[in-house]
Formats: sequence, structure tokens, C-alpha cells
Amino acid sequence: MSVEPNILILRAPGTNCDHETAFAFERAGGKPVSVHINQLLETPNMVNEFQVLCIPGGFSYGDDIAAGRILSSQLKGDLAKVIGEFHASEKLVIGICNGFQVLIKSGLLLEPDGQGLPATLSWNDSGRFVDQWVHLKADSPKCPFLNGVGDLYLPIAHAEGKFVARNEAVLSALQAGQQLAVKYCNPDGHKGQVAFPHNPNGSQQHVAGLCDSTGRIFGLMPHPERHIDPTHHPQWTRNDLPEKGDGLVIFENAINYFA
Amino acid sequence: MNQPSVITTENSPSKFQNCDFAVPDSSTEMAEAQEPQATGSAQDTETVLWQIEISPDAGQPDRLARNILADAKDLGISASLSLSASRGFLVQGPLDRNQVVQIAETLLVEAVVEKYELGRCGDPQFGVGDAAHPGLFYVLPLAGVTDPEAESAKLAIQQLGYPIEAVRTFCKYRSSVLAPEQESILCNKLLANESIEQVVTGPLQLSEIQLGEPYQLSIQHVDVMGADDSQLEQISRDWQLSLTLVEMQTIQEHFQQLNRNPTDAEIETIAQTWSEHCSHKTLAGRVSYTDEKGTREFDNMLKETIFAATVEIREMLGESDWCVSVFKDNAGIVTFDEQHNVAFKVETHNRPSALEPYGGANTGIGGVIRDTLGTGLGAKPICSTDVFCFASPDTPLEDLPPGVMHPRRIMKGVVAGVRDYGNRMGIPTVNGAVYFDPRYVGNPLVFCGNIGLLPKEKSFKEPLPNDLIVSIGGRTGRDGIHGATFSSAELTDASDITSGGAVQIGNAITEKMLMDVMLQARDRNLYSAVTDCGAGGFSSAVGEMGEEIGAEVWLDQAPLKYDGLSYTEIWISEAQERMVFSIPEAKWPEFRELCESESVEATVIGQFKPTGQLILKYGDQVVADLSMQFMHEGRPPVIRKAIYQPVPVSELSESSERTTVQNREDLLAILSSLNVASKHWVIRQYDHEVQGGSVIKPLVGVENDGPGDASVVRPILNSRRGLAVSCGMNPYYGDYDPYHMAASAIDEAIRNCVAVGADPRQIAILDNFCWGYTDRPETLGTLVRAALACYDVSTVYQSPFISGKDSLNNEFSYTDPTSGGRETISIPSTLLISAMGQVPDIGRCVTMDLKSAGNAIYLLGATENELGGSHWSLVNGLQGGAVPVLDPHAAKQRYERLHDAINQRSVRSCHDLSEGGLAVAIAEMAFAGGLGAELDLSDELKRSGLSAAQCLFSESNSRFIVEVAPEHEASFTELFAGDARRLGVVTEAPDLLICDAGEERLRATLAELKAAWQSPLDWD
Repeated sequence: MSVEPNILILRAPGTNCDHETAFAFERAGGKPVSVHINQLLETPNMVNEFQVLCIPGGFSYGDDIAAGRILSSQLKGDLAKVIGEFHASEKLVIGICNGFQVLIKSGLLLEPDGQGLPATLSWNDSGRFVDQWVHLKADSPKCPFLNGVGDLYLPIAHAEGKFVARNEAVLSALQAGQQLAVKYCNPDGHKGQVAFPHNPNGSQQHVAGLCDSTGRIFGLMPHPERHIDPTHHPQWTRNDLPEKGDGLVIFENAINYFA
Repeated sequence: MNQPSVITTENSPSKFQNCDFAVPDSSTEMAEAQEPQATGSAQDTETVLWQIEISPDAGQPDRLARNILADAKDLGISASLSLSASRGFLVQGPLDRNQVVQIAETLLVEAVVEKYELGRCGDPQFGVGDAAHPGLFYVLPLAGVTDPEAESAKLAIQQLGYPIEAVRTFCKYRSSVLAPEQESILCNKLLANESIEQVVTGPLQLSEIQLGEPYQLSIQHVDVMGADDSQLEQISRDWQLSLTLVEMQTIQEHFQQLNRNPTDAEIETIAQTWSEHCSHKTLAGRVSYTDEKGTREFDNMLKETIFAATVEIREMLGESDWCVSVFKDNAGIVTFDEQHNVAFKVETHNRPSALEPYGGANTGIGGVIRDTLGTGLGAKPICSTDVFCFASPDTPLEDLPPGVMHPRRIMKGVVAGVRDYGNRMGIPTVNGAVYFDPRYVGNPLVFCGNIGLLPKEKSFKEPLPNDLIVSIGGRTGRDGIHGATFSSAELTDASDITSGGAVQIGNAITEKMLMDVMLQARDRNLYSAVTDCGAGGFSSAVGEMGEEIGAEVWLDQAPLKYDGLSYTEIWISEAQERMVFSIPEAKWPEFRELCESESVEATVIGQFKPTGQLILKYGDQVVADLSMQFMHEGRPPVIRKAIYQPVPVSELSESSERTTVQNREDLLAILSSLNVASKHWVIRQYDHEVQGGSVIKPLVGVENDGPGDASVVRPILNSRRGLAVSCGMNPYYGDYDPYHMAASAIDEAIRNCVAVGADPRQIAILDNFCWGYTDRPETLGTLVRAALACYDVSTVYQSPFISGKDSLNNEFSYTDPTSGGRETISIPSTLLISAMGQVPDIGRCVTMDLKSAGNAIYLLGATENELGGSHWSLVNGLQGGAVPVLDPHAAKQRYERLHDAINQRSVRSCHDLSEGGLAVAIAEMAFAGGLGAELDLSDELKRSGLSAAQCLFSESNSRFIVEVAPEHEASFTELFAGDARRLGVVTEAPDLLICDAGEERLRATLAELKAAWQSPLDWD
């Protein structure tokens, strides 16, 4: 294993957080490479040169039809197979915002059963895009990205981030499997009732991020790459803040996983 | 299967003739076709038009219907209206039912939250309403209108391996019973905008999506040689050329010398090149200006005022001149750091936004992004700014003149248009403002600005002779034909019917893809020049680039959205998301390969042949052969008269003596006035943090909801250098004196920048003049007056103008339905100043929210009795008074000292004083910081001789409130030498308390101040 894990930053038409996500991985000690989906479709095996597959935020294919839908439909067939093998070989996959939408809709994050996908990310209750900061609690011992992470303060910027499971059974199974990895919480850190705007989109169980049953595929709506420096914090002019923004640890954990 | 005969000829005799759908001959034949296919066998490859309707599952919100109902409520339409909605796709191709089920379930439907129905278009199942919702309406995009979602869906379905031909999206609404006039309002005001969409009442009865008819070349000539003056004027009108008689005569003379008539393409090209929009002939023309000081003759008004200021500043700066390229490229360029420059441009997109707010704003932002992309060899867009002017969203429907859209609908559409384009492009929208005045009712203003970062060595371009002319990005359609000439004409209540061709819809992803490959091509040195296709399309882009060389264009090579475009339509189309490159032949293969690798279409459409002529060909036929010199130098100068008569300063129409209670009420009223009220509903819909460089956000403070003065971004993530972006505008002052309005706008933009930590010695500014009908000497007079102030202030501040744009003739004419008389509404003279400042170290930036109890509060700058045009006068309904005048020399010194204080870290918070003066500023600082403030004005009142209300609400320029920690007070006051006066302290108490020698003059709680400020535009 190399000292600097290689990070594949997957780019598609409309991806727009690739640059700063690559920067965050770099700052965390990784070696990011931006790869266009056309290139990956042509040579799916190139995935094997990487340790982390990251699908960054943006509006892949304009989020036409539904957010992340078209890119997720491209991650099937040969590509799904190599990503499956990639995952099985103890490597990591992360999707941020649009990347999370892609992971969930492609079936990579939660496997479809006889009735189709068990859950999705749907339109915010407000019915529109919103950019705001949210308080989060991470709670999944199995997700390497969240190793040692408790509270987080990160921005969201999305229109379709409401987590909806097909039914209660799906929800309880995910909860039991410690897959509801990140949740919106109140500013005082309490979970309990998290009303709008602290739960900004109406997500069931206040879910902001999920991992798969192994913990190694992780998706979240908030943008950790937008809080890696203290000056990203909306109140940095008020308080003395630590040198690292809250989001950086997620990238560092990914790197340290291969240390 | 017996397929109904399909009408594929151009003129369907039905009500659909305006659209590209064919209609079956009769519904009986349609019924035969509706037999569901028993088994979808793969061999059955007849082309079918499938209809897929997708609705929210039980228990899921009906988002589309909810939006329409909210709009209906805004307009006061039928409280009893009940609505349900579906979205859908028409998919045309040789598909059987099973295949369509596959497509629906793998691609189109979100099964966890949605359900769907599918069938052949027109199947009876789609025509059935339920008992509660018998009304049935389909809304479809008009023929030729960009439908980005359909384009994406088509590609995605093809990628799944289905050979489909066409896709269209639609929305379907089922409504409760409506009276006919209610139905008409629902269809025309809420469900659809007839300039881009059509409503079909009842079931869809379509058999085919037509893909256009092949074009048969037929060269059109325009008979100008033998025309008399009235015929020349008629030609200009008939062809929508917006050319004056003198201009038509010049064209006539030119072609008489050539001894032939021009082709339509030639006369259109000249009209585009000479349009106000492209050549700014009025402001860059001869003006004879008369005011109280006498008459001044300008050969080129802009050059002798605004440009002249920049030239002088650059000369004064000498070696340390930081301008790079001003007033010549698509955007102005200034230096940033050792390796980079920055480009800034602000455009207006007013006329298109009046007709179709969403598409107008959408293409406005798309266009200005292409401006920075097309600056030098290409700048990477790093942030946007958007400023709008509307009539009040609370205007009663019955008060609107005929032919205008309700301002609330315009505002929602414009905001959504900017949001959807900017967010998809991944460019943070970090700054903006919204102004309201009833006179914007027929002419809303939409200013879109963009800043780009480019390597120093990529700041200039030069097309080389024999370079290929390459178009990349979107395809060409009939979008926006006559946009350039249309935007130079006055709007009327018939505009929404006569100018349908002017409406464009953007497709942000096409532009994003273009940008992605373009910046790679730039860094690989694959082209020698680039420009965007904006107003005038290829005509302007190629005409400008080839001005010094000559060009030959092969119009039949341009990729089209659909068949049937004539050579002239291809040439002048304003289809979006296209850019034109000048590429040396040797580099073309690599450029093409790069574009292909990211699925971006790139096509050679001609060559810059060194002939000095612009030659257009369609196949072998020459359809235009124009001298570049005539196009660019041949326009007869425009000569205008401008008169300005100063309005004498009058007394305020009422005394400004106020009680303590009245002061509180006035403060709450100003905080609640639409111009001052929180714009969080707008701001939060924009992604202002994408690209990861956000330093100071538009909303700041302890709850992230206070009004910041300017935003700061860090364009290079591992550098500490930042850019501050702000703006200034105050149309109310213009009603009193356009000189002071302009001076105040510049001052406001600059002081906003300085307040967050920008260096006042390096602030670049941009002008955008939006005015009424400038053929009227009095109207042009106010503009010249404003331009003179621009010169005066810019030179003192040493803040150069680096780019600008004007939009003239913003007047709306209509026939009053009751009197039958012709009425005209002119917008208030509106000058937007946008400022871009540089922040040497982002770690020293300052925000406006109060930070800690016990800190001292200082006022910088002098308060005068300047309540004319103020918000205090506005909320009290008062006229008269003096508008704020500017002392730029004193201001400049203050700004430099403030910057020094910020650099010494002695400023904890800083807020500029603008609308509502001192009272509003301290109130905003207090509620943003969640801390109280206690001020005593006694020294200030004694010193100035003002009343408390004057001191609280006067809008005198160049002032700030600054919060200083006790340990820094000594050095702070020393630095300002009397220009900083201590007014009071920050407190823990949740109150704002302002006294005069212990006597209360204003008291309010933070909660009520904040609520007053947040509630007016806190929309759902």
C-alpha cells in the first residue's frame, strides 16, 4: 500500500465540487485524480489503481429527471461489477451530496430487493434548493470515514436531500445495522425532536448520511469539503476556531484507513 | 397494429399548428391505435409515441401542485382551487410496452415516492379526471423552446440501448371546477407562460413529435436600392431591425455603390452590429449636453467621462497601475496575485426577463458567465452577483397595466432562473440586492455579474489569419432571433405576442460541459482566440473576432437543434451555450479530441480568411459578402441632445421632529420596507459556497442571518488572498439629483467593500446604466449628469471603471383600459455600481455583527441633514429635502484609515450606513450579533445641530459604525484623529437603546427589530 492513497474523483457533466473535494483529500494527505465518467466507462478497470472512489457534489446531468439519476444509471453493468470488486477488496467509496444521491439511486449503497430500491433521497419538504449550515451527529462505529467523529457543523446545499425509506421495516433494519451514520441534530447537540430548519429537508429519522452494511460505502448530503479551514465557518470572525474545519476529519479518516 | 396516418406536413389545420406535434386526423382513428399491445415483442419496431405520467405516491407531497396553489394565493385567485399534478414524458421511438416499462422503472420514476402510468399518447386512461378534479390541463414547451430535461432524458434512454427519436416533457394538472375566467387566469397566469409554453385543455391527442422540415435554400434580397425614405423605415420595422432612417440611408448608399441589393443575411448582420445593444451608439456617440453651467460637446460621451477617468487613474498610478485590460474585452481585467488576474463583468437581461422571467434570468446569468469565459483566452468563473429591480410583490392584480406579468411572479421566476443556472454551473452567487419601485412594473431589471480568474499570460487573445472558426457547446435553433435589436427597443403591451422569438431558455449543463473542456484547452494552448455567442449569435461573435482579418463562414455546417433553419436564422440565432474559437489548423485535431472525450460538440464552421470581407456561404452559394470595414466603421454617428435642469433643493414636506415612540415606529417601518428587509428567501436558494472558497458569506452573525456588507471569496484555495464583491445603487436619489445618486452609488459600493476588509487602494468598479427613453434630451441629460459624477468620484477614489454596460429605452407603453389613452411608464434612472475589492489576507476580514458586550461603538464620518430620497422619507410618505452629497476626498482618507485599523485588528465589527442611516445600521448589527447596544447621541447632536430623527435616519454618505474592544480604543481614536466619535457600548441586554443626554430617543427589543426585518420577504 502506498503512503499516499490514490483517490479517484469521478467527474460527470454537471459535477461541480470536484476541485474542492480533491483539495480536501490532498490536504488530508491523499493523491486525488479527477476522472471523467466517459473515461471510466471506456476503461472500468482503471478503478483498480485507486484506494478511494469519491463521487463529489454537483448536478450530474443537470439532475434532470431526478437528482443523480442519470449518472447512477451509468454506474451499472461493467462498472457496477468493478466497483463491486473494488468495494469487496476493502477499499472505500464516498459520495457527497450529488454523489450520495448517485450512490443511493444506483443501488451501490443500499442493495435493491424484490421491490426495488429500499430508500431514496427525495425533494426537500420546502420544495426548493437551500444553502445553510447544519448541526450533525455521527454515530456509526462501522463506518471508517466517521472513526472518532462525534459532532459536526457543515453546510448543505441541495434541493433533493430528504431521506425516505420505503417503509418502517427498512428504517429499523438500517438503524439496527448501524447504517444511519449521520443525523441532523439541534444546535445544542440534542437529537430528539429536530425540527425545521435544523432538519433542513424533512428527512426521516433526521438522516443526513448513510453507510452500507460494511460501512465502507458512505454517502452524506452535507459538504465536508466546504469546512476544512476555519475561515469556512460562518462565524469564524466571532470566535477563535481550531486550525482544522470539522469536515477535514472525514477525508483524513479515509487516508488513515490505508495507513 | 393499425397505425393512424400521421400528419407530417408543416401546417396542421388544428389548434396545434404553432407546435411541433402532429395531431391525428380524428379521434376515432386515435382510438384504434390505443389497443394496448398484448406482448411487447422486440421485432415490433413501429414508431410509437409513448406517454408516461408520474405522480407522487399516496402520502408524498405534490410539489408541482403546491407551487401553483401558492402562486394562486399570491394573486388572490380562488381560495377554493384544488389541484393535483403529474410530470411526464412523451417518448417517441420503435419501442414496445415492456421496453417502455423498463425505461420508466430504471430511469424515469422514483419508485420509493412516486407511481406512474404509461400508455400510448392519447390513451383514454390519461384523459380521465377524478370527481373532485374534472379540469384537465397539459402544459408543454412550445416548438423550438429548449427543453433541457427532455434532452437529458433522450440521451440517457439512448445510453440504455433504446433507439428512440425524440423526447418531450410535460406537466399535467387536474383542477377542481372553475369558472371560465378563472380557468383562463389559471392557464395563462399560473400554469404556463405563453411565450414558451402552451396549455392543452383536455387529453393530449398527438401522434408524433415532429423533428422539423429540411430547409430548401432560397436566397432573399431586401430591396433598399430603390426605396424612398418611408419605404426604408418600413423595411426597418418589417424586419425588426431597429435601425433609424439615417442608418437605413447609409446602408442604401453603400449598396447603391455596390450596385446590388443586400441579402437578408447582410442587412440583418448590419442591424446586429449597429444595434444599441452591441455598439452602445447613444452613450458612445456625440452628445451636446446643456446644464446650469452651460453646454458641453462630447464626441464620445462614455470615452470622455467614464473611460477618461480610468485613463487618468492609470496614468497617475504609473508603474503601479493594476489595470490589465479595460473596456475592450468581454470583461474588464485587473491584477490579482503574482500568477493571476481577475476579470469582472456585469450585464443586464431586462427585456427577456420581462417576458419570461425564468428563461430571461437563466440566460442572463448564462450569458455573463460566457462573458468572463470569453475574456482573454478564458477566465474561470469564481463567483456571481445578481441585482434585481421589481415593482412591489404586493401590488394588487387589478393595479397592473395590461400585458405585464405580476411582479411577484416575475421575482419568483427570476430568482429561480438565477438559482438553477448558477447552482448547476457550480459558481457561487455571493452578492446581490433587490430594489422595489412601482415604476419597474413593466420593465423589471435583471443585472447578472460574474468574476473570473485567469493566468496572467492568458489575458490577451488574437485570432490568426487562416485560423479555423469553431463553434462548441449547444446547437443552433430559432432561439432568441432578433434579441439584440429587440433589447434596444421599447417594450409594449403587445411585446409578449410580437417578440416570442426573443425568448431563450438556458441549459446550464451544456455550458458547464463547455467550460470544463474550454479551460483544459486553454491550458493546453489549443486556440488563439475565443469569444462568446451572445446577442447577435454567430453574427456578432464572428464579426467581432474577424474584424481585423476577414472571415468566411459555412452556415450549412453549423449543427442544428432541428431542421428547417434558414441561413439567416442560423447566422443570427441567439441559441445559448455556444462559444466561438479561433483555432490554428494544426491544433484542431487535439481540440476536437478533447471535446469528444467529454461529449462536447465542436464543429468547424468557417475560417478567418485574410480578405477583409465577411463572406457567408450556404453550401456553394454565397449568401452574404460584406466589407468588415463597412460593418464596423460605416455606422453614421448618432448625435443626441441632452439637457439637465437641476431641481432646486426644497424643504422636506414635513418637519423631522419626532417622538421616541415615532422613532421606534419609523425604524421598524424602514426595517420592514422591501428594499431594506432581509433577502434570505433569495440568498438561501443560491449556492454561495460551492468551489470551497467562501470566506465572508452574504448572511453573517451569531445565527447566520445578518446582512453582510460584502462577500469575500478565496479563489485559490491554498492562498490567503481574497476578493470582496459588493454593490451600490439608489434610484430614489436620482429623482432629486442624478449626480448625487451616481456619486452615492459609487460610494456605497466602495464603502461596502472596505467595511469587510478590502484595500481601498485597489477597488475596481463597473457601471450599469438602465435608463428611460434617451432620445428625449431631458432623459439623456440625467444620464450625462450621472456619468459626470462617475468621472469626478472615480478619479478621486482612484477606483477605475473597468467595464460597463447600458440598457436604454426602459419604458413601457400601454393603452389604459378605462380611459383608452396611451400611457407610458419610465423606470427611475438606475445606476448599478458593482465593486470588486482585494483582500490581502482573508484572516483579517471583518463582519457586521456585534461581537462582545463591553466593546465600544464608534461612528466614522459626519452626519448631515440629508433626508431627501431617504427611506425615512419613503416610509413617512415625505417629499423634498436634500439628498446625500459626497465629499470624496474626506471619504478616501477615512477608508484608508479604516483599512489600516482593520489590518491592525482593532476592528471587531464594522457596518456601513446606507438606507435608514445610523438607526438601521446599529439595529442590524445588534440583532445579527444577538447583543444589545446603548448609544448616546448628545455630543453628536450638539456638534451637528441636527434633530434626533435627522441624526438617526439621515443617509449621509461615507459613514460606518465600528465596534472596538476597549484595549484598542486609544490607538483607534488616535488613528482617526477626530473622525471617529464614540457613541456608546455593546450590551448583554437584548435591547437597542438610543438616548440624548440620558433622555430616551429610541428603544426597541432585538426580537422585534429582527422580526420586522425578516418577515416581509420570508416567503414559503
